[in-house]
Amino acid sequence: MSAPQKRLEVVGRSRRRVDARAKVLGQLRFADDLVLPRMLHAKLLRSPHPHAVIESLDASRARSHPGVHLVLTGRDFPVPFGIMPVSQDEYPLAPERVRYVGDPVAAVIARDEQTAGEALELIEVKYRALPTIATPEEALAHPETRIHDYGEQGNIHRNQAYEFGDVEDALANADHVFEDLFFYEGNTHLPMEQQASLAAIDGEGKLLLSSSTQNPHYLHRQLAQVLQIPAAQIRVIACPNGGGFGGKCDPGGHEFVVCKAALLLGRPVKIGLTRQEVFYVHRGRHPVLMKLRTGVSRDGRLTAMHLQTLLDGGAYGSHGPASTFYTGVLTPVTYELPRFKFEACRVFTNKPACGPKRGHGTPQPRFGQEVQLDKIAEKLRLDPAKLRLNMVTKPGSLTASWLRVGTTGLAECIRKAVEISGWKAKHRKLPPGRGVGIACSTYMCGAGVSIYWNKMPHSGVQLLVDRSGQVTVFCGSTEIGQGSDDVLAAIVAEVLGVDTGVVRCVTGDTGLTPVDLGSYSSRVTIMMGNAAMQAAERMREQIAGSVCETLGTTPERVAFSQGRVFAAEDPGKGMSFAEAVAITEAKLGTLSTVGSYTPPKPPGKYKGGGVGPSPAYSFSACVVAVEVDEKTGWIHVPKIWIAHDIGRAINPVLARGQVIGGVYMGLGEALMEEQVFRRLPPKLSAALVHRIPSMLDYKSLTALDMPEVEVALIEDPDPNCPFGAKEVGQGPLLPVMPAVANAIYDAVGVRIDELPITPDKVLAALELKAQGKTPRIGPARFPEVPYPKPMFVLPPWEGGDGNESKMPRPLGVAAS
Amino acid sequence: MSGTARIERRRNVQLRLGVNGEDTEVSFAPYKTLLELLREDLGLTGTKHGCELGECGACAVLIDGEPQLACLKLAIECEGCSVETIEGLARGKELHPLQAAFADHGGSQCGYCTPGVIMTAKGLLDHEPEPSRERIREATAGILCRCTGYQQIVDAIEHAAAELRGERK
Ligand code: FES
Ligand code: FES
Repeated sequence: MSAPQKRLEVVGRSRRRVDARAKVLGQLRFADDLVLPRMLHAKLLRSPHPHAVIESLDASRARSHPGVHLVLTGRDFPVPFGIMPVSQDEYPLAPERVRYVGDPVAAVIARDEQTAGEALELIEVKYRALPTIATPEEALAHPETRIHDYGEQGNIHRNQAYEFGDVEDALANADHVFEDLFFYEGNTHLPMEQQASLAAIDGEGKLLLSSSTQNPHYLHRQLAQVLQIPAAQIRVIACPNGGGFGGKCDPGGHEFVVCKAALLLGRPVKIGLTRQEVFYVHRGRHPVLMKLRTGVSRDGRLTAMHLQTLLDGGAYGSHGPASTFYTGVLTPVTYELPRFKFEACRVFTNKPACGPKRGHGTPQPRFGQEVQLDKIAEKLRLDPAKLRLNMVTKPGSLTASWLRVGTTGLAECIRKAVEISGWKAKHRKLPPGRGVGIACSTYMCGAGVSIYWNKMPHSGVQLLVDRSGQVTVFCGSTEIGQGSDDVLAAIVAEVLGVDTGVVRCVTGDTGLTPVDLGSYSSRVTIMMGNAAMQAAERMREQIAGSVCETLGTTPERVAFSQGRVFAAEDPGKGMSFAEAVAITEAKLGTLSTVGSYTPPKPPGKYKGGGVGPSPAYSFSACVVAVEVDEKTGWIHVPKIWIAHDIGRAINPVLARGQVIGGVYMGLGEALMEEQVFRRLPPKLSAALVHRIPSMLDYKSLTALDMPEVEVALIEDPDPNCPFGAKEVGQGPLLPVMPAVANAIYDAVGVRIDELPITPDKVLAALELKAQGKTPRIGPARFPEVPYPKPMFVLPPWEGGDGNESKMPRPLGVAAS
Repeated sequence: MSGTARIERRRNVQLRLGVNGEDTEVSFAPYKTLLELLREDLGLTGTKHGCELGECGACAVLIDGEPQLACLKLAIECEGCSVETIEGLARGKELHPLQAAFADHGGSQCGYCTPGVIMTAKGLLDHEPEPSRERIREATAGILCRCTGYQQIVDAIEHAAAELRGERK
């Protein structure tokens, strides 16, 4: 940076976020709030069968129903889609086969929702039921009932296996080997806003889709593919999302349907999904079964880990290949782990597809790892906080799997969480029924590679200023409630020395804004932020170069602060920002700059090494207090303390809100949230149905259930991040679930090795304890999974170079 | 249902009610809920929906001063009622203290639950100007929020209550 270093004026201060006013006034327009003249309404017919062949579909009665304009079926969509290039396995409307209860098969477009709903009932579909696959075990045992005709084999969608150093050798030489099984039940995002989309043909004949999507860019590409029209003829506007949490990352069948209908009818077509349909669309947390074998030295240091995961993917690919990787790749980032092996397998089942939910694939193994650490500490008679503190990864180090750990505040997070929670006076010291537990975690600040292979930037920003003094910043980033517009405005305002109030954000519009890959993987602050910083610094340089003469100073000595531009050595000598822009505009012409950001190349060069690397990692440590009623198994959580290494908080009030919101969602997953299915009684049907497609039955925490959370933000600015700011949207969720499980052990001495931890499980474990049996509830066996032979890569400290190693194993020595 | 009944059901009915202090007369399809009437016939899209089944609380408005779920209320039941929605809260350009507090204390993240929770909080503070945090949690427990973890919502309502009592916090 060329300008004199100034104190930060915007960044780091709690401010009213830029979009707050519209939100509290009820003025912000979400997708379903949009209305256009001549607008029609769409509704989808969904399959009542979990697995069936569509033998015939007769829509003639629906077509002639008064008020119906169009009926679409699978025939109207010959081209499949899928968020990942390797999993193009879904159709907007299923053409010949349905794979879960809720799979859309037809759409009615009518003058109003009521009419469309009536016409749906007039569509006659003949299904031939197929055997259904309910669980991963069934999927593996019945490869002959193939849900898809692609994938690795049978019902295995994705298999991945990596070994970094000789793990068996290290385990054989470890002082202790801990072997544990864990299960993490699936759950869903439950955003308060149900997905909605409005498609229209604009005055130039181009398609315009306004939608509740987290990823307008990927949706844009998929629309072009499925509708077979050039991307330049399509504009996607991501409306502010009423919460996303990963649930609005995949393109949805409904989005293609309204676009196709608008193209055919030449009229605007809107759809709003019902809450039940949102449960069917799902793409939520994968149920994951895990096996961890971990070698530990006498003094409590990890020597190796062998992690196996089995993911229940549901009916479609979704982000599956990435999800599968994420059940392994971030495991070695928190603690020093000399050798690491992971094998992961995702299978198809006849249930709504799983996908990315806050923490994407990582909460499950983190739960297992952090509960296992508690068991290790117990066995070695070590304090679980100290055990962790002694082995945190070093700043700038590489993991066995070649991930570069940049800055890390994990040690500081542990110290802080221990301090504010009064851990030392509480752990193993509270009266029976009360306990505390600790756990840690890490998360990426953006995925190092895009979802489709390309060499272009991950985020682009364009900045426009003019003589009025207004600053307009354009970026494809998407506001899903996390505060991305506010981060964008704050960074530009900070660099240009203006108030956020003069910055107008134009975001998430593929027709107007430079590409940003979307609101996922906690990438926005870092990637959009770095791009914005570059654009704003270029603008500042142009202005400084143009006004320095007038100010009687050199460009480097021009300061920008509080809406003024002045000579650093003589602040009295200056002008307003608008005047400075006017001088610059007169000198250089119309003013605009751009900035873009591409993440650094990852150090690991082996195939698959692109998943996991990130420009920076955030870290968290969390202490949870619980009170367990031994008579009822009821779990009460009176308080949670969490320290999060955020690098720097751009807007502390929002950052704290993200932390508390993450803790809330994690606590829900720990105690009650689960998306589960059941078979109907066989005499009724063979269907495998959602037990709970409603908000009453899908339990989530209310204001009354939610404890107060004490938040400590650990700020150690990361050089790869704008003003040092790391992510905060996903990381703080991750340590909560294991901390709850560990606290329950501290309180009543039982291990619940599966989530959610419900009172019945606690009671069952207490019963075992009373009988003198192992007081544990959790999975008992891990099925035979045909994992492939792992790719072998030597860790950095064993002479590896980041490529797959040809070196024959074993090396014959345990890692030190 | 017979065809004639369907046509009958479609014939609009007339209704008079007060909306945000204004006398309002509206003609609408009789099967509509108050939520649909507000959003579709009166263009007041500030009131949100998350389920339309009485489960989420996003649609809360004040009917004659009491928080109620607009999705569970048939519009024809509202003849002569006085309905307050989020659009009626601000005075001119000036935010209502609840709105300002939500904006300043992180009470609104994605903003989708915000109208329902602000209206519910207004219903509370109109009757109980000095609620405890626990009481605030209880009064707003029917409104689900997936973003905030509720804490900053409670903070915001506490601040607004103090402001409304004339003790700036
Ligand atoms: S819309 Fe959910 S309670 Fe009314
Ligand atoms: S702020 Fe998003 S649901 Fe409450």
